[in-house]
Amino acid sequence: MDFETLKQVIVDTLSCDEDKVTMEATLAEDLGADSLDAVELNMAIEESCGVAIPDEELGNMKTVGDIFNYLQAHAE
Amino acid sequence: MTGLKMIGIGRALPGRCVTNDDLSKIVETSDAWISERTGIRRRYYCGEGESTNTLIVSAARQAVANAGLTPEDIDCVIVATVSSDYASPSVACLLQAELGIRENIPVMDINAACAGFLYGTATASGMLQVYGGRYALVVGGEQLSRLMDMNDRSTCVLFGDAAGAAVYERDETADLCVDLGSRGNLEIEIQGCARPEPSVIKMNGNAVFRFAVGVIPSSLNRVMAKAGLTMDQIDWVVCHQANARIIDHCAKKLGAPEKFYKNIDRYGNTSAASIPLALYDMWQEGLLQHEEKVLAVGFGGGLTWAGALLNLSLGAVK
Repeated sequence: MDFETLKQVIVDTLSCDEDKVTMEATLAEDLGADSLDAVELNMAIEESCGVAIPDEELGNMKTVGDIFNYLQAHAE
Repeated sequence: MTGLKMIGIGRALPGRCVTNDDLSKIVETSDAWISERTGIRRRYYCGEGESTNTLIVSAARQAVANAGLTPEDIDCVIVATVSSDYASPSVACLLQAELGIRENIPVMDINAACAGFLYGTATASGMLQVYGGRYALVVGGEQLSRLMDMNDRSTCVLFGDAAGAAVYERDETADLCVDLGSRGNLEIEIQGCARPEPSVIKMNGNAVFRFAVGVIPSSLNRVMAKAGLTMDQIDWVVCHQANARIIDHCAKKLGAPEKFYKNIDRYGNTSAASIPLALYDMWQEGLLQHEEKVLAVGFGGGLTWAGALLNLSLGAVK
């Protein structure tokens, strides 16, 4: 999944401002995502690119970059 | 399955209303935290002289009266609960005695957690078909405040006590369309009598959220397919009120968000009571006065789920 696709999934799921979605943006503070938002985001990512991030792993990810790097490393 | 028409509805709430602010004095939480994550603003807890049994009796009495019937008319009694006062007799038996319902009919409790009311509805349909009779009384009621771990702030803020009851009349003109299922696991757990410590509800919130947002659309779609209906022919969708975020997610997915009713802000998650409780409020608000088709879905401990197309004929509010 390229960064633009991930960005679109994040914007659609969290209803956040597109400009805020950068590699450094934190999910909780910058994008206002709580634990259920994170689960919804995870499901949307899985639907979009087929990579399932375990919920526990996602819990340890702080930034958009953390998710992007995980998806790059686990791409099929 | 034998068709059913809902002709009477009733509900009971205990006397003690507990707001999010009240809870924040006992538990490390806040009104903002609870309402943003769940949509809940208040719930009710039983006090002195109130219990699962008293709530169920009161809701059932009301439903029978609102159907224009007397208890002697009832041909089947099904109660759905996970928080009954006794392991035996069942709440249904105590309800039978309290209301003076006849002896020679099926009377029993079922446990399908938050899917219990609709599982009970399907059970009643089967009972009327196999055993005969015209009217079934189906009640969902819970005193979840007796099963709460007040040190678990992610769970104890969610639940409340209530009962909701419906009277169904056998209807040969249409089949009952239901979709029942279960995925046996312990994601929502209430310990029983095998353990010495007190029983409390434990829940893996994220896993249950995933389960719910997956099963609600798929179950409702299966019910509509069985009934040969599409969403535009449905008047209302009533989901078990577990979390407003679950309902919002599914409303977005299924379209027609204006058809999804919510009253979780007033009561929290009342498990088996939530669907008849929602129908009662809708009736009182004037949303159900004619002949309506309501898609309903319950999901919860088990993990169980039940979707159903309910045909309503409740009439004007008395």
